Amino acid sequence: MIPAAFDYKVADSAEAAIAMLGEYGDEAKLLAGGHSLIPMMKFRLAAPTVLVDIARIDDLSYIRQENGHLAIGAMTRHTAVEHSDLVKAEAPMLAHVASLVGDPSVRHRGTLGGTLAHSDPASDLPAAVLALGGTIVAQGPNGTREIATADFFTGFFESVLADDEMITEVRIPTGTGGWNYQKFNRRAQDWAIVGVGVADGGKGISLVNMGSTPLRATAAEEALAGGASAAEAAELAAEGASPMEDTNADAAYRTHLAKVLTRRALEAAGVA
Amino acid sequence: MSVNGQSQSHDVEPRTLLVHHIRENVGLTGTNIGCDTSSCGACTVHLDGQSVKSCTVLAVQAEGAAITTIEGLADEARAAGTSTGEQDWHPMQEAFQQCHALQCGYCTPGMVMAATSFLNENASPSEDEVREGLEGNLCRCTGYHNIVKAVLSAAGES
Ligand SMILES: Cc1cc2nc3c(=O)[nH]c(=O)nc-3n(C[C@H](O)[C@H](O)[C@H](O)COP(=O)(O)OP(=O)(O)OC[C@H]3O[C@@H](n4cnc5c(N)ncnc54)[C@H](O)[C@@H]3O)c2cc1C
Ligand code: FES
Ligand code: FES
Repeated sequence: MIPAAFDYKVADSAEAAIAMLGEYGDEAKLLAGGHSLIPMMKFRLAAPTVLVDIARIDDLSYIRQENGHLAIGAMTRHTAVEHSDLVKAEAPMLAHVASLVGDPSVRHRGTLGGTLAHSDPASDLPAAVLALGGTIVAQGPNGTREIATADFFTGFFESVLADDEMITEVRIPTGTGGWNYQKFNRRAQDWAIVGVGVADGGKGISLVNMGSTPLRATAAEEALAGGASAAEAAELAAEGASPMEDTNADAAYRTHLAKVLTRRALEAAGVA
Repeated sequence: MSVNGQSQSHDVEPRTLLVHHIRENVGLTGTNIGCDTSSCGACTVHLDGQSVKSCTVLAVQAEGAAITTIEGLADEARAAGTSTGEQDWHPMQEAFQQCHALQCGYCTPGMVMAATSFLNENASPSEDEVREGLEGNLCRCTGYHNIVKAVLSAAGES
């Protein structure tokens, strides 16, 4: 399968990429690792007429410790997050979840900025960043803004990013409490049928594939904060979720999985 | 880009996939296409030393990069002084032969490229780690047992 024809542009800075997005409008798409976009273009589910390659912007690939958080450049590949000693020490949940994405060859290409911008409710890292209470830094023609991950996703493959905005950095709070990530799938390398991320001793609980966006299990988080047990809170995990149906699972099964996986994740995270 | 150490210059349409470029423009057909949907790993090559699925990379993304395909692996090992066996191959190729790690051979180039990249990141893996490290590569003849044996044996060699 071959994508529809497009023009290929290389950006050498974030500013240049944003200027090109402004110039070509909604015909243009950023190309980071290409591991969501190229498959979609091959299936002709996407047919941008201009691709702006941001993979050659070296200063978008970094992992730094800053005041109370890790700052990770948007072009940082999953493999770098997975193997980073800094991430393993300061935000171990993120390193672990990065190691669960696809397979090693996929992780050599896919990027943290790309997976967040893609806003796929089935993806693992957006749910991890959501549970961890991360912040997304977006740059546009008029400067940068910080977006709480909880406010970022708006729908299936949709986010609050404007057409001429790009993610430049992701900030992950450090030194947070007990965590666990449950990815339920049936075959190696598969996407999660349902996934649950628990961060900071249950203050953040997120759900994969339980609606049109990565979701916070707010009812379960609130119950825990109000003194409920892990088992009681887990019963509320799917409250307000509207899981899709597909060949892997119907909505009732997904709801069941969300509760069971939330209980397991809370217990493994040390929440009684 | 360079392919197996030789500099290559071609004009390609931006939508040309790296795997098609390698097979049709560079003329090296050892890299196979299996699923064409990023799942099977038959098309695995090294891009700057790391395994990638070349059906999911555009040739233009690899501009300036160093590509190694199955055809170049033995030479790479010879240059590094790590080649081995009667054929003077890369230790992974030798281990695949010794362990009978192939049946029809279709998945083999991709398996070998994925396995060598994996050992670069984890030089002495457990059997479970080998299985996880190769999860992106499917063998339709399902000879996984001997493939895992070969990778463990190659890891022991180095
Ligand atoms: C076989 C396979 C298995 C996979 N398995 C999993 C899995 O198990 N779990 C999982 O979570 N993911 C999985 N993925 C997806 C993988 O993680 C992708 O790499 C990731 O979703 C997208 O990142 P990318 O850098 O490749 O983005 P691209 O494909 O380059 O881009 C994706 C979208 O984001 C936009 N974009 C990219 N970067 C930016 C930016 N900085 N700012 C704004 N917009 C941007 C692009 O324009 C495009 O619309 C899999 C992919 C494949 C091919
Ligand atoms: S042909 Fe590329 S992964 Fe199957
Ligand atoms: S040996 Fe036949 S596909 Fe693997």
